[in-house]
Amino acid sequence: MKAKSKTLPVSYRLAVTSRVLAAVFGGYVVTALASVCLTLWVPMARAEAVVTGMTSSFLVYLLAVIWCFACRSASRAWLGLILSSLVLAALAGLAYWMERS
Amino acid sequence: MKEGFRQAMAWLHTWAGLTFGWLLFAIFLTGTLAYFKDETSHWMQPEIPARSVSSEASLALAQDYLQQHAAGASRWIIELPNAREPALSVRWQQSPAKPGERGQLTAKLLDPQTGREVQARDTQGGEFFYRFHFQLQMPYPWGRWLSTIAAMVMFVALISGIITHKKIFKDFFTFRPRKGQRSWLDGHNAVGVLVLPFHLMITYSSLVIFMSMVMPASILASYNGDAKAFFSEVFPATNIMESAGKPTPLPPLAPMLEKAREQWSGGQVGRVTVNNPGDANASVVLARDGSDRVVHDFGSAVTFNGVTGQLLAATPAQPLPMAIAGSFYGLHMGHFAGPVLRWLYFVCGLAGTAMIGTGLVIWLGKRQLKHAKSGVMPFELRLVEVLNIASMSGLVIAVAVFFWANRLLPLEMTERAGWEVNSFFIAWGLSLVHALVRRGRTAWVEQLTLAALLLGVVPLLNALTTPWHLGVTLITGDWAMAGFDLTCLGSGLFLAWAAWKMQRGAETEAVRQRSRPITLEQEAN
Repeated sequence: MKAKSKTLPVSYRLAVTSRVLAAVFGGYVVTALASVCLTLWVPMARAEAVVTGMTSSFLVYLLAVIWCFACRSASRAWLGLILSSLVLAALAGLAYWMERS
Repeated sequence: MKEGFRQAMAWLHTWAGLTFGWLLFAIFLTGTLAYFKDETSHWMQPEIPARSVSSEASLALAQDYLQQHAAGASRWIIELPNAREPALSVRWQQSPAKPGERGQLTAKLLDPQTGREVQARDTQGGEFFYRFHFQLQMPYPWGRWLSTIAAMVMFVALISGIITHKKIFKDFFTFRPRKGQRSWLDGHNAVGVLVLPFHLMITYSSLVIFMSMVMPASILASYNGDAKAFFSEVFPATNIMESAGKPTPLPPLAPMLEKAREQWSGGQVGRVTVNNPGDANASVVLARDGSDRVVHDFGSAVTFNGVTGQLLAATPAQPLPMAIAGSFYGLHMGHFAGPVLRWLYFVCGLAGTAMIGTGLVIWLGKRQLKHAKSGVMPFELRLVEVLNIASMSGLVIAVAVFFWANRLLPLEMTERAGWEVNSFFIAWGLSLVHALVRRGRTAWVEQLTLAALLLGVVPLLNALTTPWHLGVTLITGDWAMAGFDLTCLGSGLFLAWAAWKMQRGAETEAVRQRSRPITLEQEAN
């Protein structure tokens, strides 16, 4: 990602747009899942766990955004976000299931 | 790879900073002004006398007043005066006509020494900057969302900026004045690093303040989608009993203050709420004033029986996660800060504002260099230049015009407070038009000069329009009033210096441009 010059190819602009979308929306999904995961797994009273999950969530968002722009390509950025949200969703689901049973 | 990471972060820093820089500048400047919210309100409502009276005495006066004027109300709310907010504010709510509806609320300001009503000019005062800082004059909840998004972008820009700097501490001790672009960058780094802890604290805490609005996933997951259950668990509302319909005299409220202070090991009472005053089912809730400690606790209150005066309940101590979130809130608001710490907050806020401003100037300066020879600026650079001018010097003009409107608009004008706010936005809009029609540097010089004049003359304006001028306030020791005048004067002088520097810069630039063809010819020879 070099500085902007006069003749930037369309593919470059599309890749940047893709990264921005990944960072903003994909990052948000990962953050929300991470905060749910932490809330369900941390051994605290329910309200306290929720506050802990919310307070620390923005650090996850920060890391997700940095990941999206540090990656070698936009597709890798998306891949990383999708994989981590799958793992987080599975962990959250496990906690949910353990609570029920 | 490592170098690539740093470059990627530099790119992120540049573009995150540019796209949200103008909005963040306005958020930071108004937020900084909001640290002196009460002092600003005091200057804008000078009719309210600043007096130090004990809480007991003012509460007794408020009770007398309310018993005479609002005997049948369903609720009284009394805000006790403190060192920063001189007025004793009383509000009362009539019993609603139909159950379930909210009764009509009446608000009055009392002189805490005599208990009489104070007629003060209609204004939002410092509250305007405070509200604009996070609501951006937008309908609920859009302004809060936008400002929280801006805070997240600020957080990303801060961290990517730190990563970009290899020699962060070496850079901190380097300042090369009068070197044009290099000096701006050194200044940007210096204000950034010098108050870095403040920047990190203020940015992260702003996210925590609205976390339940922007990041509610864990509430919904833990409480099966019932957010209300979460809030009633975190902030246990005191059960308000229905009115019994049996008139019973209300005991004096003032002695309850001492009992509440015992509960909080000396913490002061900020607000007193009386439910069903003068009824058999009356209750009195004393809420804690946040100014004596860092950790903010929303629900901290002591409840008394409103007939016998017995202590009924006190909210339990906060659990640790709530205390951590509460301390983020408390640190951001700075309610606990005394005069010295409050000034430190103000200076740090200004440093943050300056960091954003210098960043915007650097972005443009770097790219302008490429087009310096041709003298024609591409559209996008001109757009950034216009927005830079309007968002920085234009905003300062708007703030000054807001103060002028407070002194010049007729006191009996209808919607007076609204017109003060309107003049703020009209001035800001005009500065944008001005930046569009004038050339870059000329626009900067003219707007900075106007801002310097408007702010520098504020003490004189105050002296001409009110009897509370510096000659009086300095002698009587009304430091909030005098300090406001002097701060405006100081800001005016600073802006005049900035305008002068900008003017000189324009002259040297013109000389350089005129001399360039000659040197080029010499080189050709």
